[in-house]
Amino acid sequence: MKLINLKTLGRIAITGLIASVLPMSVNAKDTVKVGVVSFLTGPAAGPFGTPAKQGAEIVIDAINSGTMPAPYNTKGFAGATMNPIFSDESGGGTKQVGLFRDFVQKQNVDAMIGYISSGNCMAIGPVADEVKMLTIFSTCGTERLYEEKLRSHVFRTQGNAVGDSLAAAKYIADEYFKGKVSTSDKMYTGINQNYAWGQDSYKFFKLGMAQYMPSAVGSTKPQFPKLFSGQYGSEISALSLDKAKIVHTSFWNGDFEAFMLQALVRGFFQKKILVSSVGGSGVDSLDKKFPDGVIMGTRGNVGLIVRNDTTPLNKWFIDSYKKRYGAYPLGPSYQYARAVMLYKIGMDKAAKAAGKFPTQDQVIAAMKGVTFESFADTIEMKRGDGHQAVHSIAYGVTKYNKAKGEPGIEKVIKYSASCIYPPAGAISQKWVESGMPGRKCN
Amino acid sequence: MQFLITVLLDGLIYASYLFIVSLGLTITFGVMKILNVAHGGFFAWGAYLASISIIYLGDNEYNSFLYYFAIFLSAIIVGLFFGYIIERFILRKMYNEDIHLIVLATFGLFWILEDLILHVFGVDPLMPYYPAMELGGIELGGIFQGVYSLTLAGLAIIVAFICWYFLKKTKYGKVLQSVIFDREVSVSMGINVTKVYLITFIIGGMLGALGGAYIAPTISVSPGFAIDVVVMSFAVVVIGGMGSVPGALIGSLIVGLVRAFAVHQAPILELFIIYAIMAIVLIIKPEGLFAPPKPRKI
Amino acid sequence: MFKGILKEQTIQVGIGFVFIVVLLGTFILPEWMSNNFMYGLSRGLAVLGLMILWRTNLVSFGHALYYGFGAYAVAMAQKYLGVTDVFLRIIIAITAAGILGFVLGFILRRYREIFFAMLSLAFSMVLYGLLAKAEFLGSTDGMSISPSTMFGFELGRFGLFYFIGFVVILSLIFAHAYLRSSLGHLTTAIMDNEIRVEYLGYSVEKAIHIKYVISACLAGGAGGLMAAALGQVDPDSMVLWSVSGELVFVTIMAGLGNILAPFVGAIFFEFIRTYAYEFAPQAWQMIIGGTLLAIIFFLPGGLWSLFQKINPFKKEKK
Repeated sequence: MKLINLKTLGRIAITGLIASVLPMSVNAKDTVKVGVVSFLTGPAAGPFGTPAKQGAEIVIDAINSGTMPAPYNTKGFAGATMNPIFSDESGGGTKQVGLFRDFVQKQNVDAMIGYISSGNCMAIGPVADEVKMLTIFSTCGTERLYEEKLRSHVFRTQGNAVGDSLAAAKYIADEYFKGKVSTSDKMYTGINQNYAWGQDSYKFFKLGMAQYMPSAVGSTKPQFPKLFSGQYGSEISALSLDKAKIVHTSFWNGDFEAFMLQALVRGFFQKKILVSSVGGSGVDSLDKKFPDGVIMGTRGNVGLIVRNDTTPLNKWFIDSYKKRYGAYPLGPSYQYARAVMLYKIGMDKAAKAAGKFPTQDQVIAAMKGVTFESFADTIEMKRGDGHQAVHSIAYGVTKYNKAKGEPGIEKVIKYSASCIYPPAGAISQKWVESGMPGRKCN
Repeated sequence: MQFLITVLLDGLIYASYLFIVSLGLTITFGVMKILNVAHGGFFAWGAYLASISIIYLGDNEYNSFLYYFAIFLSAIIVGLFFGYIIERFILRKMYNEDIHLIVLATFGLFWILEDLILHVFGVDPLMPYYPAMELGGIELGGIFQGVYSLTLAGLAIIVAFICWYFLKKTKYGKVLQSVIFDREVSVSMGINVTKVYLITFIIGGMLGALGGAYIAPTISVSPGFAIDVVVMSFAVVVIGGMGSVPGALIGSLIVGLVRAFAVHQAPILELFIIYAIMAIVLIIKPEGLFAPPKPRKI
Repeated sequence: MFKGILKEQTIQVGIGFVFIVVLLGTFILPEWMSNNFMYGLSRGLAVLGLMILWRTNLVSFGHALYYGFGAYAVAMAQKYLGVTDVFLRIIIAITAAGILGFVLGFILRRYREIFFAMLSLAFSMVLYGLLAKAEFLGSTDGMSISPSTMFGFELGRFGLFYFIGFVVILSLIFAHAYLRSSLGHLTTAIMDNEIRVEYLGYSVEKAIHIKYVISACLAGGAGGLMAAALGQVDPDSMVLWSVSGELVFVTIMAGLGNILAPFVGAIFFEFIRTYAYEFAPQAWQMIIGGTLLAIIFFLPGGLWSLFQKINPFKKEKK
């Protein structure tokens, strides 16, 4: 019996050693390295990923140079300059988990910011806790993230799908049906992407309608096409045949634009009322062609809805964004900027309390439960044990602004956070089904 | 009734599109015995090239006739360019290899073609909606259908007719059929199989690209969108019979109609049912419903 | 069947290789690299399964069916039964894939060449169609897999790595024993001449069926380990036809020469992918596609043929 050949063993060992001395990054103390993940390729890149990245860039650069308006006018993150590494979010949850591990273990980042897709957030959340990496989700919306389990290292500066859907239902009850209730108009259906975000959005829209308009009937055939399928011929036919007049959608990214164009060609908007919870970013790219009369939300006081808001911070953001990129900032630009701002707040607060450069645990403790001024509203990190944000959400109706030659929105109603989100600790579905006890609407 | 008309129309539109795409695939298989995964690459390239041309023409308000010209020209360019390169420099060197290796090579080529798109056309989705917008909608069976989408059916009929005429009525078509039937005998009869292969591959590629180019105005053209098309057209070709032209027609009709029905009645089964049919056909009649005749060999 | 197997050189080299990989991965190399080794060893099992089939000239373009089925079996066991024990996980993954392979084997064993490949593809896409659309199966999001435990204790990354090494060694021994048994030799003879084997009084279909089930079990085990290592399963990266294509690609890249080749190839593949993705995020598919063509044209025996050229034991082979 021969032993394992030494030559082979040596060869393998040497290969391994060579591989192990490949570049490893060294982290200086005056910089923080942060991975910023958004869609840089695929259908979500143009309308979502790129504006998101640009929004983050503006705020990061302004904070690094200390030029952002108060209260964010101190330089750096606990004095350190942020060195962002931008990365692509496409490819699905499994691939993103692998990349996330690479970020943590290979690039040795100090924090992770971003993620647009709810599917990716559901995949990354548990891993972030497992590898103990401070992660701030900026955009994704599934409520399951915190209702399945509380997360120790994961924050989210965006309210979840529950608020978006409940506000949509309430807006329909308050505005659309105001004084003109006819039974045939009371049926509703939906077209939503077949993954966490789409499924949750429609589920809570349905639950919300049952509460606000008990007489309204949901269709038996809501459509759930695959995410990024981009081709909705048969689905549009099926919706057109459906008697329901109200069509709820939580489509976002290129799918939304594709759906709108395909529906436009087929006279869809002459017969149906579309309720879109995220469509705000598609309004600009379709510009004049975007139909009037679409009930539209932007997931909070961001993007289209706050375009004319004159809060100093908002004005600064819109001006610098327009100056640098020649366009209005969209919802995702705001969302990514917000996540960066929470990181600054946490770092500064923790540094002040510790009297020196803070550790990750100190930053997490400092971020928990804070309330901070965002661009045109206030973000309260008051759910999910202080890790999940709530904020007010506004809906309006699209109306092209002929005077200015740009898309506009009218009849805006703003719903306060206490009206559309369950109180801390409650499970959303049970709360809505039991009649939303304790809610305070303006 | 209204429901039936709508399902039929949806199914027909989808089937027409599948037919154009899978016709190229089945011809390539019939003649060359190559299962060409890179067909998806042709499809994507056709769609992208047509899209940027249409967007350019539309933005500058050119005559709308030019859209269609751009669509066909894109298909021809893509088919000629990539078809020639791939057949001449890669596949030609592999004809004696194991059939699985050839499939794998085309798979590698598909990956390469996909990434080339990112570098040439960028990552943002393209929406060359001009032709579809211009033709607008028409009320059929109580609901609006896009006129442009309906013209797909016309295109499919034209393509099918040309194909039939070519195969049955021209000399070259008869040559092609003899190669499909028995390659060795054709060689011994003095047919230049190398040339036949090259031309077939280019035509197959053009048809794949035409499918992509023509559908482009009705969808959002974005990176990676061809990946579903490849396997869908595989299903069509397998159901109809690999290498059979009428098979591709029947296969697309089955897949198109069944999918449309599923989307209307049981959306959850939309994808499942297509591949279930593919599996069932393979189990019952492995050669496909319209398998081309096999030469009897001793 | 297993008699004297530990004395065989292939197995000794194999065990040595796995030991070195696991030791490097847990003690010497940075964590991200050890991840690549871990994924490579796991995926290598599926490739081994494909390689075993390939030796009868059967190429499955749908092996992600078993890979994904094993992975989803682990996910389902966790969701509905709360199973996180790593032993149970691998057993569940292998059994589930094995049963599915056994059932489908009755159909597939009658098929050869392109029909075998296409029917495998069809079956895998049927599963994909279900997983991608059904909400209770996680649709395209898939599901999270919580960290593995062993006898109630958290296993940790290193523990999981050791466990994967252990499973791989067992599989190597089993695969080698199978291939050198008369049953294994028989299937190589099938590749040469099926009719001759029938004349000898053996049932070709039965031999292929057994082989197919073994291959399915290996792929299922790979999926189960991969699910545990990644912490996530989803249909697009576990069941889609392109995943099957990747597995076939790694088989070719590795070479069919030796049962260790799949693992070397799979680890190599993980590294190409990581580096290609890091340095050329918009061209990584192109790099992989180019590698594939280069291997087919310039290294038809796969990576293993490189090792063979410098293998000091070459004389002992054949």
